[in-house]
Amino acid sequence: MFKIVKKRVLNEQVKLFTLAAPYIAKKAEPGQFVMLRINETGERIPLTISDYDREKGEITIVFQEVGKTTKELGTLNEGDFIQDVAGPLGQPTHFGADVKKAVVIGGGLGTAIAYPSAKKLHQSGVEVHAVIGFRNKDLIIYEEEMKAVSDKLIVATDDGSNGNKGFVTEMLKSLIEAGNKYDLAIAIGPLVMMKFVSAITKEYGIKTFVSMNPIMIDGTGMCGGCRVQVGGKTKFACVDGPDFDGHEVDFDDAMRRQQMYKAEENQSMEKHNCRLGGGQ
Amino acid sequence: MANMSLNKVKMPERDAKERCTNFSEVALGYTKEMAMEEAERCLNCKNRPCEQGCPVAVQIPKFIMKIKEGDFTGAYETITETNNLPAVCGRVCPQETQCEMYCVRGKKGEPVGIGRLERFAADYAMNSGRKPAAKPEGNGRKVAVVGSGPASLTCAADCAKQGYDVTVFEAFHTPGGVLQYGIPEFRLPKKLVSEEIDTLRQLGVKIETNMVIGKVLTLDELKEEGYEAIFIGTGAGFPNFMGIPGENLSGVYSANEFLTRINLMKAYKFPEYDTPIKKYSKVAVIGGGNVAMDAARCAKRLGAEHVYIVYRRSETEMPARAEEVHHAKEEGIDFRLLTNPTRILADEKGWVKGMELLKMELGEPDASGRRRPVAVAGSEYIIDVDAVVVAIGQTPNPLIKSVTPELQTQKWGGIITDDYGRTSIKGVYAGGDAVTGAATVILAMGAGKKAAEAIHEDLNK
Repeated sequence: MFKIVKKRVLNEQVKLFTLAAPYIAKKAEPGQFVMLRINETGERIPLTISDYDREKGEITIVFQEVGKTTKELGTLNEGDFIQDVAGPLGQPTHFGADVKKAVVIGGGLGTAIAYPSAKKLHQSGVEVHAVIGFRNKDLIIYEEEMKAVSDKLIVATDDGSNGNKGFVTEMLKSLIEAGNKYDLAIAIGPLVMMKFVSAITKEYGIKTFVSMNPIMIDGTGMCGGCRVQVGGKTKFACVDGPDFDGHEVDFDDAMRRQQMYKAEENQSMEKHNCRLGGGQ
Repeated sequence: MANMSLNKVKMPERDAKERCTNFSEVALGYTKEMAMEEAERCLNCKNRPCEQGCPVAVQIPKFIMKIKEGDFTGAYETITETNNLPAVCGRVCPQETQCEMYCVRGKKGEPVGIGRLERFAADYAMNSGRKPAAKPEGNGRKVAVVGSGPASLTCAADCAKQGYDVTVFEAFHTPGGVLQYGIPEFRLPKKLVSEEIDTLRQLGVKIETNMVIGKVLTLDELKEEGYEAIFIGTGAGFPNFMGIPGENLSGVYSANEFLTRINLMKAYKFPEYDTPIKKYSKVAVIGGGNVAMDAARCAKRLGAEHVYIVYRRSETEMPARAEEVHHAKEEGIDFRLLTNPTRILADEKGWVKGMELLKMELGEPDASGRRRPVAVAGSEYIIDVDAVVVAIGQTPNPLIKSVTPELQTQKWGGIITDDYGRTSIKGVYAGGDAVTGAATVILAMGAGKKAAEAIHEDLNK
């Protein structure tokens, strides 16, 4: 059992938990994830470790309430327990030795997932520019955290409600065109965002890592449900990733595979809402 | 006078039509009377030929004699002196190639139904409130067991019986390994697996779930935590794919994913359980082993109208147990033998809509001694399917090797050991599918037993 030691509501859909998980905290690195199961009848879902404190023995996860499991997770509070958390899984992000200046791009929830990479780059003396985007100003998360670990931070909203209208792709393009020479880009967010960011960085020859978050069952290399096409080869996101070269990933294939269980997810949600509503 | 019937006492089974609508156990087991009648067929041979076929050294005639006398608890206790998973073994062991192959009665007629009797003794004990296993006196020395499948559970139990302080580390949320995620409920009810594992706990074995060794702790770190010996029983869980076009389409599964969703995550009870499995109407399972049979029979139970087994050799070469093939046929699985898939076809949204098959014929024997299938030119045809399950085998999970370079492995990933499970690293042992590649529960258990002997010997030198 894993205790929720801290809960923060980041926006109406996104919540942060700090969990007591000493073994995982000891080993976690940016880019890695845990598999989590709320209770006996729960499903196993992958969640990226967005921070860790080795001394306190705690890890932080940030999740968006998009389906039944994440909604149910969101109803838990400080002091509650999660039945199963296994990790740290996947390969840590490898930045390469000679990175001088990096751009970290986060879309929505992806901002929290990109944060540990920005932090690690910043701590190792790399100049970090961060570009984070949200649908509107109420959905902005991790602004302060990102500010603390970047030399330049751009926050964009789709509707311009924070005074800076536009997509992260446009912001990135202007930064590059303004003469910023990046030797690394890290892009984490919705598949479609990572696809278009990768297309831009490819044009400018900037090495780019994206973080894939496909459907997973075990998270340890056993089921193959998380397979992604990278450079024409089949890779398992759980053991070979979740980070991959954005210029090699087949995003269209990934988007199709992500839709596989849409109908069942909806069915599960309906049952969940029904229960919350007091009906059966 | 022994019962000289040439045939085993039949074990009742649920009717094929009814059973393939749900996941309840197919074989119902002997009643007391049936068991005693079958036990009468045992000649209680002095030289006990059957026992040479048992990797975990069950005292076969001795336990059968107890059943004959009506001492069912005694029979159970006789078995568990050497085998801690009798309810499992009685159900999933391929007795026809193990103990029963050596049974004298098998020379003329059927051998004694040793497996059925073992199952009876285990079920009887479990249903009649068996007394908890006595916890042996501890010697205070720590042994770590990585994985909790049949090899690991056997090694853990045997070490615990010698007094070691044993901790089992399991990556999943539930212990049991392939007994949990692989073998379906209708062949091996999960309640029994839990009960067998409870026996281990009574022996003092600690089980830590959610511990992915290699990630959360390395072998060196386990040693630093005071474990004097480490047994690796991590199985063969890495799924192989065919490498044919269309394998990444929506609706194509590895057998591991298909079975893990259903068995470990209980997707057949969706939405009561949160993990879904899609309802497909026509499913093709590629492969001819027990895993393929399990996947096909699961697909049928989930409501598929038509389920194919597509296997490139003939029935003679099929690695699945004859009993499993028989059960699958009874349940209406359509066997396309001497047939190889060449590509999977997609609809406009990227879902599986069909599979192209190619007929094969048997040529000269290959390295495995089986006749090699050769394609019949121009024999391609297409079947309509909306899901494909690839069950062509698994290789050892590479996780521990990837962080322990000094652990020597075969090219294909199997951990290299001596006959007693000693690996290239002192104090580290391995057994089961992690060493041999995908094999049977009982061979894994035999390996776990041998490794426990080696651990005891090495720690007392």
